[in-house]
Amino acid sequence: MLVLVAVVVPAVLAGILPRLVRTSLLVSLPIAVSAVIVNVFFFPGGRDVILQLGPIAATREGLDFAVQILARIAAISGAITLFYLTTRPADLVVDLERRGISGRAAFVANASVQTVPRMVELAASIVAAQRARGLDTEGSLGRRLRGIVPIVGPVILGSIADVEERTMALEARGFTRPGRRTLLWAPPDRPAEWVARWLLVLALPLLVGARAAGWLG
Amino acid sequence: MLTLESVTYRYAGASRPAIREVSLRLAATDVVGLCGPSESGKTTVCLVASGLAPRTIRGALEGRLLIDGEDVAGRPMHQLVSRVGICFQNPTTQLSGVSATVYEEVAFGPMNLGLSRGEIVARAEEALEALRISDLARRDPSRLSGGQMQLVAIAGLLAMRPAHLILDEPTAELDPAGARLVADAIGRLAGEGRSILIAEQRTDLVARICHRVLVLREGRVEREGRPAEVLSDPRSRDLGVPEPSAVRLRRRVVEAGLDAGPVDRVLDRGATAIGSRRSAGA
Repeated sequence: MLVLVAVVVPAVLAGILPRLVRTSLLVSLPIAVSAVIVNVFFFPGGRDVILQLGPIAATREGLDFAVQILARIAAISGAITLFYLTTRPADLVVDLERRGISGRAAFVANASVQTVPRMVELAASIVAAQRARGLDTEGSLGRRLRGIVPIVGPVILGSIADVEERTMALEARGFTRPGRRTLLWAPPDRPAEWVARWLLVLALPLLVGARAAGWLG
Repeated sequence: MLTLESVTYRYAGASRPAIREVSLRLAATDVVGLCGPSESGKTTVCLVASGLAPRTIRGALEGRLLIDGEDVAGRPMHQLVSRVGICFQNPTTQLSGVSATVYEEVAFGPMNLGLSRGEIVARAEEALEALRISDLARRDPSRLSGGQMQLVAIAGLLAMRPAHLILDEPTAELDPAGARLVADAIGRLAGEGRSILIAEQRTDLVARICHRVLVLREGRVEREGRPAEVLSDPRSRDLGVPEPSAVRLRRRVVEAGLDAGPVDRVLDRGATAIGSRRSAGA
């Protein structure tokens, strides 16, 4: 709950709450749905049956645990999405490098942030291309599932080719040269940001300690 | 001088070589075109000439890549980037993804080289000026058109100040307007006496800027010579090389029983113009 608050309040202040909720749901929905199904119906040691569906039963213990898991998934995806929506890639890379992180490590950190939107973009263009060729991606669930097959292959192969080309382009611009890069600028570090950062750093051991002592449940 | 000496290249895991015994020479002010159908080996020649194959794209290389007379087989990629620059088809994959502005994107290569800030600024401004995109300097590179992005990619290469530029179908993934924008810029670079190896399906551009053309088929050089000779030869068409518009026009003119002299002069105009500009600049 604390983490959720830590995500929602900054998102409201930044005016990105609707985008955060939308993107966060999009990213976490598949894993959230499977976590609920598995825990509600197959929770080991669940006794208090709240719904019987043939040979399988949903239990209250499973439901309680599923709610806990959902809260954690929401907190993790919310925090990652907040970071992605509020941090410019250039700022992230330059600031990490400025603090002594190697250019490659900083680039990998940035690439992992950008992977999801790139794949979404690639998938959208492939879906549009396949639709133009008559692929039916709407209608019944069966049709939609059949429509996924000719899209997944090109998305995966396209992503691999994309990574290969990006690697070559980076190599061709001296990215693998050993030694420090020259940085042209540094992102501004406002006092409020400095204070917030150090408060979070101080909060971390306190929260871990409180958790270990059982004060947070 | 960039030289490929009897180069054969087989990609890791491939059963047969992608190119066989390819030789070419790219002198200081040469503009050489590579033509041929898909899978003829154009991209592989570009990758080998840039040094990316086999350093980044694994495979077995036979023959030699010489830059200014030096066999560069043992040199790592980062030592070659100031001597040879390569531009690929897809403009979006050539953006670093970490630059907030076009200016930073163009400066990305010199920053990687660890140059002084003054040197980086000088190179970035020179490259933007060379491509005539200084007005884009403050724009977000990811929000440009495909043609503009490709110009930014080429400017990024120029900022490395390589002696030789390799362009692998730089207009292939662009719409007609973007392709025209990039083709015009490449035409200007060629006219300035830069050393360029360009793989290109659009033979109008090759006919306009190159003064030597190699036609590849199944990894071998099948024909080599002046654009006016090679691209107007029906055998090139049989090899899968589309005729330039002027050649097609000439064929139609001849078929109609008219005088083809004026069209012949148009075919030779590109190379002659480049030659005369170089002579003037020398």
